[in-house]
Amino acid sequence: MSSSLFSLAFVRLFPNVNWSNMYDATYETLHMSFIALIFTFIFGIFLGLVLFLTAKGNLWENKVIYGITAFFVNVFRSIPFIILIVLLIPFTRVIVGTMLGPSAALPALIIGAAPFYARMVEIALREIDKGVIEASKSMGASNAQIIFKVLLPEAMPALVSGLTVTAIALVSYTAMAGVIGAGGLGDLAYREGFQRRQTDITFVATVIVLVIVFIVQLIGDLITNKLDKR
Amino acid sequence: MISLSDLVKTFHTRDGKVTAVDHIQLTIDEGEIFGIIGYSGAGKSTLIRLLNMLETPTSGEVVVAGKNMGRLTKQQLREARQEIGMIFQHFNLLWSRTVKENIAFPLEIKGVPKAEREKRVNELISLVGLDGRGGSYPSQLSGGQKQRVGIARALANNPKVLLCDEATSALDPKTTDSILELLVDINKKLGLTIVLITHEMHVIRKICHRVAVMEHGKIVEQGPVLDVFKRPREQMTKEFVKQVTEPEETEETLKHLFGADGIGHVLQLTFVGGDAKKPLINDIIRTFDVTVNILQGKISQTQNGPYGSLFIGVEGDRQEVQKVLEYIREKHVSVEVIHGE
Ligand SMILES: Nc1ncnc2c1ncn2[C@@H]1O[C@H](COP(=O)(O)OP(=O)(O)O)[C@@H](O)[C@H]1O
Ligand SMILES: [Mg+2]
Repeated sequence: MSSSLFSLAFVRLFPNVNWSNMYDATYETLHMSFIALIFTFIFGIFLGLVLFLTAKGNLWENKVIYGITAFFVNVFRSIPFIILIVLLIPFTRVIVGTMLGPSAALPALIIGAAPFYARMVEIALREIDKGVIEASKSMGASNAQIIFKVLLPEAMPALVSGLTVTAIALVSYTAMAGVIGAGGLGDLAYREGFQRRQTDITFVATVIVLVIVFIVQLIGDLITNKLDKR
Repeated sequence: MISLSDLVKTFHTRDGKVTAVDHIQLTIDEGEIFGIIGYSGAGKSTLIRLLNMLETPTSGEVVVAGKNMGRLTKQQLREARQEIGMIFQHFNLLWSRTVKENIAFPLEIKGVPKAEREKRVNELISLVGLDGRGGSYPSQLSGGQKQRVGIARALANNPKVLLCDEATSALDPKTTDSILELLVDINKKLGLTIVLITHEMHVIRKICHRVAVMEHGKIVEQGPVLDVFKRPREQMTKEFVKQVTEPEETEETLKHLFGADGIGHVLQLTFVGGDAKKPLINDIIRTFDVTVNILQGKISQTQNGPYGSLFIGVEGDRQEVQKVLEYIREKHVSVEVIHGE
């Protein structure tokens, strides 16, 4: 009884909102962000490790590799996301084979977010006390053991909090990805809300994005605090 | 156990060449506790890091436990390092791991199976006196406890040598003593060779058998701790020896006492080796017609016996005091008249 009253009020408040579409758009946003986040995590950790390990005075010091990696990371981090999407359209066509639907946005999302995350990974790794790495070497650890048993576990809280920031950036990127018809809440807010002047749709879509962001932040903080034994 | 020949390490910095270790020759025997003392920047850390190749020598040779460290392949070097434990001033523990997991770390590196690891970790926790703290994280421990974890970790793979880089410099005096006792204990129990570097003479005094004094990358003086204490040749060594033998305000205090009349002679007795336990003062008072007044004193225990100075005021007639001096000399205690004729 009360719940039907509640939904009635809801319908009145937002006359133009099609809740089923809204649900689909939310799902697409989450889906895009999530898949992109997984790949961003993998590439970001990899690039961040390369940046850290090849930097001056580190395990695999190598000016050339560091220079090239840093160059690409900086370039892709500096291109505004909206331009990156457009630039990547031909590339996406080849890779994804289609320019419609959520997968179309993935290459741009990943290429936009991975360098961003890579820098955070690099910073997280640099925060590790050099003495700990030295102690591991003195115990006869191999480089692989240092990476997997020391660097990554010791940096884990910072890696997770960086990932939280990146996830939030990704959610906002997906909103822009609407431009190339990738779907999601941004797409819905733009096409149905803005272009058709249905403010209530824009409003609801925005609120849902905010809720997603808050929840991501909350979960991220919880995990970070749980991991942080310092 | 360790021999260094013509060892040199040069760093190229923006301000030019820095020779941190300058043609060092050194032999350290099996089972001894060898101390290296020097002021900050003398090159001590560089020297100790050369022993396990954390620094590669510019030239010269490092032989540890029969292995020429500079000639090993990467794999061999890693295996050799498992036989050389190291502890650090700032402990360098993994904060994401518990005490047990920290101690298990070198065992994981070596590839020791889990069940065996567990057993060894428990042994080590008892050895260093951390029973019941195995599940704690380093951040929950005091400095002394952290260093105990560091020691347990360094001993996990039964090393032949333990390197200590300013291992007690971040600890308060009481904790320092307990860690030093633990090191002596380990040295005796396991026959482990210990190399320790420090800028504090009392650390050397307390636990080392032999000592080398380092300055500007060179070893300027070395020998058994008591010998160096007895006859410091270099100015630098004298300064370090002063840290532990002379009570800080000695001169002040004595000057004060000279001012007040009534004290005939002031003698400085220097005890070296086993003599400090003899009831010397008691004998003097009983045998001679003098009164003795103890003014200041500091006697320290070293690994090879006590060492220190005692300042006494002696009153009596001149001849009697002269006899006292002879008597003291007979007992092989060196004596100096620092006031009175
Ligand atoms: N990695 C390095 N690069 C350049 N100079 C160094 C390096 N490590 C040590 N030094 C220099 O070598 C000298 C000896 O340093 P160190 O061995 O740390 O002395 P100590 O441990 O006795 O204080 C110092 O002048 C220091 O600046
Ligand atoms: Mg040092």
